[in-house]
Amino acid sequence: MKISQYLLALLCPIILLSSCKKSNDEINPNTKSSFTIEFEHQVNGAALALNTTTYKNAKGEDFKINVFKYYVSNIKLSKTDGTTYLVPESYFLIDELKSVSKLITVNDVPTGDYTKIEYTIGVDYARNFAGAQTGALDPINGMFWTWNSGYIFVKLEGTSPQSTAANNMLTFHIGGVVDPSNTIRTYSTEINAANPLRVRTDAKPDMHFIVNAAALFTGTTDISFATLNFTMGGANSVIVANNYAKGLFRLDHIHN
Amino acid sequence: MYACRKDEIKPEEAKITFAIPSNFPAPAYNFEDNQLTNAGFALGKKLFYDARLSADKSVSCGSCHQQFAAFANLDHKVSHGVNNCQGKRNAPPLFNLAWQKAFFWDGGVKNIETSPLNAITDACEMGTDIEAIIAFLKSTAPYPDLFKQAFGSTDINSQRILKSITQFTAVLVSGNSKYDRVMRKESGATFTSDELAGYNLFKEKCSSCHTEPFFTDFSYRSNGLDLVSADEGRSHITGVNADFGTFRVPTLRNIEYTGPYMHDGRFYSLDEVLEHYNSGVKASANLDSKLKNGIPLNASEKEQIKAFLKTLTDNEFIKNTLYNES
Repeated sequence: MKISQYLLALLCPIILLSSCKKSNDEINPNTKSSFTIEFEHQVNGAALALNTTTYKNAKGEDFKINVFKYYVSNIKLSKTDGTTYLVPESYFLIDELKSVSKLITVNDVPTGDYTKIEYTIGVDYARNFAGAQTGALDPINGMFWTWNSGYIFVKLEGTSPQSTAANNMLTFHIGGVVDPSNTIRTYSTEINAANPLRVRTDAKPDMHFIVNAAALFTGTTDISFATLNFTMGGANSVIVANNYAKGLFRLDHIHN
Repeated sequence: MYACRKDEIKPEEAKITFAIPSNFPAPAYNFEDNQLTNAGFALGKKLFYDARLSADKSVSCGSCHQQFAAFANLDHKVSHGVNNCQGKRNAPPLFNLAWQKAFFWDGGVKNIETSPLNAITDACEMGTDIEAIIAFLKSTAPYPDLFKQAFGSTDINSQRILKSITQFTAVLVSGNSKYDRVMRKESGATFTSDELAGYNLFKEKCSSCHTEPFFTDFSYRSNGLDLVSADEGRSHITGVNADFGTFRVPTLRNIEYTGPYMHDGRFYSLDEVLEHYNSGVKASANLDSKLKNGIPLNASEKEQIKAFLKTLTDNEFIKNTLYNES
């Protein structure tokens, strides 16, 4: 007991000193902090509401959305000097049904000013074939194909009167990492240098992204639900991935 | 004193090890991220043999992977799953999986650890899902204790379930057949003249696909069973037309016990299999080029090849009590 009290007495000033030092040198790359990302789900500018609201695709066809979930992984941040930082083990599953999943915390980020963010829409090649995973990659999340190893990167299910599938279902399970059906896509955006992502030990910024679910159906190829209403990997999934690579995410603003 | 103490100690359980036969190359799976322990193995084995994990509590992994059949399914053309559902493919034997990089007849699963998920969720196999299994295990003694022994806490999640099952399935190594002992020049192990003649014929006519020492090159091929395959096979995974009707070349180890044969279990005997290659190969669209003219075999050649194939039986493996339901 006594010894630990002495130790504490000795350590206290050190802790005080070092914390002093930290706030002076607030972008020391050896100090790490965190930031948050909020994903706001919309459909062409309107708030996404599952099961109820009717939306229109680029072909003017009505549709509703029952399920909308996707992976964001391998978050990479860049500074103006060109240095980059890949956030280790950054795998997030964002699910419209689970509001907590739409606000993610990115930990272990060196303090600094970042002017670019990029991430994988989906899961990198290696993890698709890795052993049993946990957390966001746990197969319990319903985003892992058991019969053909690999993750569903983006899952959108719903209905459309134009769909020729049973019960007018829309089933868009986008995934697959082997050419010619590789659907790994990367999103990146510059951040205004006047208001960069300022990661500090005493300030944790929040990035706000608008996520447009209708981006699956336009951008490169306008999709008609009369002809494409079901895909689980393969060539049609590539068409959808090429669409959402362009328009799924848009950086709206940053709260520093 | 010392002798006294010794008497009180129970004989230690044999340490479960992953043993690599000296005539095998380095494995693809080496337990790097899944430390092999007696408790992990024991848990995995219990899960493997527990039919309560399936939808109607009638089917375990061990139902279709029987040790006496080298963990294939004796006398079943195709898997017989929950609710008397008949699957579409023959249950493959389970051994030497640590050297395999893709699983199932179509190679759709790429990691041994995630392989059980396919059988767990298939409507014609166990017909359930991992969530239901987790809920069952959490509420069923002695599972929480077994997870604690294996992983340090009573937490039960899909990762622990899959890793423990892998501790059982990846330890299943069959490498002590007569063939292996001859190859390793172990004391007194020699082929009979028929076996040796069969081995030489095998090397000449079969081993380009059934490559030693696993007796498969792990490739996907059509062996001309049908003009048009009823089962799309590998192309279901790749989406590539050239893979239509192709299946993974199966191992021939323990072939004596793993009938019926082929992806759909159509042949009940090795005689039928050999006769297929001799006279039955059909010109399927993606027929393997090596089989364009079949594999001509006369009656004595067939007998010699069969004699050799029986040297691939590993009775020590088939009868190893470590692996049986206990």
